[in-house]
Amino acid sequence: MLSINYYLILSAVLFTIGVVGVLTRRNAILIFMCIELMLNSVNLTLVAFSAYLGSVEGQVLVFFVMAVAAAEAAVGLAIVLALFRNHVTVNLDEINILKW
Amino acid sequence: MSGTLVLFTFLAIVAVASALLMVTRLNPITSAIYLVLNFISLAGLYLTLKAQFLAVIQIMVYAGAIMVLVLFVIMLLNLEDERALYDHIPWSKYLMFVLGAAFIVEMITITGLAGAPVISTMSPEAANIGTVEYIGMALYNSYLLPFEMTSILLLSAMIGAIVLAKKRFP
Repeated sequence: MLSINYYLILSAVLFTIGVVGVLTRRNAILIFMCIELMLNSVNLTLVAFSAYLGSVEGQVLVFFVMAVAAAEAAVGLAIVLALFRNHVTVNLDEINILKW
Repeated sequence: MSGTLVLFTFLAIVAVASALLMVTRLNPITSAIYLVLNFISLAGLYLTLKAQFLAVIQIMVYAGAIMVLVLFVIMLLNLEDERALYDHIPWSKYLMFVLGAAFIVEMITITGLAGAPVISTMSPEAANIGTVEYIGMALYNSYLLPFEMTSILLLSAMIGAIVLAKKRFP
């Protein structure tokens, strides 16, 4: 039987890849997808603890995380669409209207 | 090697490789397809943890709904490839690798290797917990209020998305 550390380390690796993606890519949609990757790695941690500690709370929390991720996808992509309509780009280096 | 370890290793390699490919591809559509592969391998990992309900939901909600939405938007915007990743700030590449390595060492130290108490066996109840019946009982008894709040959240997100994506405000 595997110990829980395998799952935790895999989750840490996936989370780090997501962080590196957010820091290096400049396409708004790709940054959005990297955030989804980070959410998923945390979900893996929650499911692993839920299975190893024998408690249902982790899986309920994953359920809510998925609902929030769906809402975030709808609103985030609508923001990207509105941004593209105004600036004809999704490159975050060129979108600096809030910069002082 | 037990069968579980072989399955875990295979799924973990697929997950990490598809995540790396997702971050490094310049074409957004290719990245999205690799992210779908990553979600599917994560659903397999949920199955090794005996969470059947979440594995099905992962495929349906993430790989089905969310990624289709992302692909729709990518194709609607008709994006070209990003410019090469680090062409304007050359030293940021090395800084990024150093920070990524430090971060991963830190997380692995916290979560696993450094003499922390290890939970080595899965709980005997794990096979029960993952079923639709068990999660449904928990959701509709102890977590009824958060469950209903989620529906309000989804409704407001839907209205917000429609308002934001409209052509002009009245």
